[in-house]
Amino acid sequence: MPDFFSWQNQLERCSESDVMHALECAKPGIGELSALLSPAADRFLPQLAARSRDLTLQRFGRTTQLYAPVYLSNFCTNRCVYCGFSATNKIDRKALTLDEAEKEAEILYRRGFRHILLVSGESDAIIDVSYLENLAKRLCSRFASLSIEVQPLSTEAYRRLFAAGITAVAVYQETYDRELYKELHPAGKKRDYDFRLDTPDRAAAVGMREIGIGALLGLSNWRAEGMALGYHLNSLRRRFWQTNFSVSFPRLRPAAGAFAPLTEVNLKNLSQLIFALRIFDPDVGLIVSTREEAAFRDGMLGLGPTRYSAGSSTAPGGYGNPELNGEQFSVGDHRSLPEMAAVIRSKGFDPVCKDWDASFQESTLS
Amino acid sequence: MLTIAETSFSSRLFLGTGKFASSKIMEQAISASGTEMVTVALRRVDLSNPNDDIMSVIDPRKYTFLPNTSGARNSDEAIRLARLARAASGNRWLKLEVTPDPRTLLPDPVETLVATEKLVKEGFIVLPYMNADPILALRLQDAGAAAVMPLGSPIGTNQGILTAFQIEIIIEQAGVPVVVDAGIGAPSHAAQAMEMGADAVLVNTAIAIARDPIAMAGAFAKAVEAGRTAYEAGMGAKSTNAQASSPLQGISEDLSFL
Repeated sequence: MPDFFSWQNQLERCSESDVMHALECAKPGIGELSALLSPAADRFLPQLAARSRDLTLQRFGRTTQLYAPVYLSNFCTNRCVYCGFSATNKIDRKALTLDEAEKEAEILYRRGFRHILLVSGESDAIIDVSYLENLAKRLCSRFASLSIEVQPLSTEAYRRLFAAGITAVAVYQETYDRELYKELHPAGKKRDYDFRLDTPDRAAAVGMREIGIGALLGLSNWRAEGMALGYHLNSLRRRFWQTNFSVSFPRLRPAAGAFAPLTEVNLKNLSQLIFALRIFDPDVGLIVSTREEAAFRDGMLGLGPTRYSAGSSTAPGGYGNPELNGEQFSVGDHRSLPEMAAVIRSKGFDPVCKDWDASFQESTLS
Repeated sequence: MLTIAETSFSSRLFLGTGKFASSKIMEQAISASGTEMVTVALRRVDLSNPNDDIMSVIDPRKYTFLPNTSGARNSDEAIRLARLARAASGNRWLKLEVTPDPRTLLPDPVETLVATEKLVKEGFIVLPYMNADPILALRLQDAGAAAVMPLGSPIGTNQGILTAFQIEIIIEQAGVPVVVDAGIGAPSHAAQAMEMGADAVLVNTAIAIARDPIAMAGAFAKAVEAGRTAYEAGMGAKSTNAQASSPLQGISEDLSFL
């Protein structure tokens, strides 16, 4: 991974003619991505949107996938200064038992979800590989796909989880800015930047069908984070050509600890980042979660993103008991799956709740 | 600068050594081309004889010697040839060719993959000649090939890059250098391959059978350089229709939420 500040320098050097070239380029590379993310591209946002819209339509058609997270635990050994789950924050801590987790998933199943993302704070003592393995075995016959967003694990752990029915792993670098990363992660296993950066490799190496990466927006320069994301994605694609990749764009939300974003990332910036990554990689899944508010999510339908979460609770047990505290962040879009599906249909798109089948992994499971 | 298996090349033109009228003309053509990588059919040379017509003109200090297994019909034959070559010369480089059909000389994908897997494990630096199949290219890369060498069109046909569409995919996906091999019949074909983003081209027949092979070798050198420069300069996408410079139909209204 090149030095974060070299990206910033590259971005500053881009001209408007570089942007125009990148918009016309048949196969944009990292050089073109820098032009699309550069300050020079700001005034080309409509052109970026048009190209992103056309590519998204060409590669994904008129569909938008839907999923929901299941928060398993908000215990965390890390002290990430921006996160509501940080060990230093005084919030109601809860970890679901396997039965409780299954019940939460069951609620989502009844609501129509077939893709779920199992999320937890990073605490090996609370949510370990055996827990995830057992939960996956309980759920895999009902759900089309089970993804996890938990602490980075070893290759062997991912191998066990893949065999148990986990199909996808999401792990966000938070920031690719190595110096800032050190400051923001003062304690806990998460301090190890390189171990986290290599997590997608370990998961892809065991055959996981999809790997999700992302940067938490609001920590460092969003344009340079976009460059790093593109570079990371590209290098993963080169090595794991049988793997699907997705990118999320979480912006910092109000959370316990009241951390104020270090940099502003407004909706235009966020849109530019999404459009640029779509143009850079027409086949990557782009995810916009319920962190964002309804007006933005509705507006972005068809322009680049391919997957939305819906009806989300970010507190462990929050679906069975909506009054629970202990959420990771406050949600920006509270609409249910049917409400979200109706909006998607009204825009001429198909809300897709199932786009995978566990039988693909049967040979592994048997 | 092109790097294959930690060896750097400033020329992106590789030369084959078959079909020349004499070793002397071959030597002059090699020199005029500026190449640093020369491939030789193992069945054509006596590796243990320093006075061999072909080997005597390939100075190992100037050129990377890339023996090839042309004539092998299956992986066993190719592997046997490769081992013999290494035993005689100590050279680990190998252009793997497995061509069971003597009429078309098209490469056998299954046997090529099998041989690549085995030879890489034995420590060879394997550059497999292959059909322009993007998935096969990835499989060969996974097997440890140091580069892949998809054909532009069948060997010796001079038909150019008939497989352009698939070579473009191979180039886009590849994690190892892509050397377009076979069928390149004119400098413009070589330039096209380089404009597409190929890392190098391998040329033999077009130079060897030209009326003036030495002049043709020079022409190819220029074409490869021009094609590479154009690629690095960044060319615009092709379109069948006239395109407005701002294709924004309806998009401004779509962005009103921002």
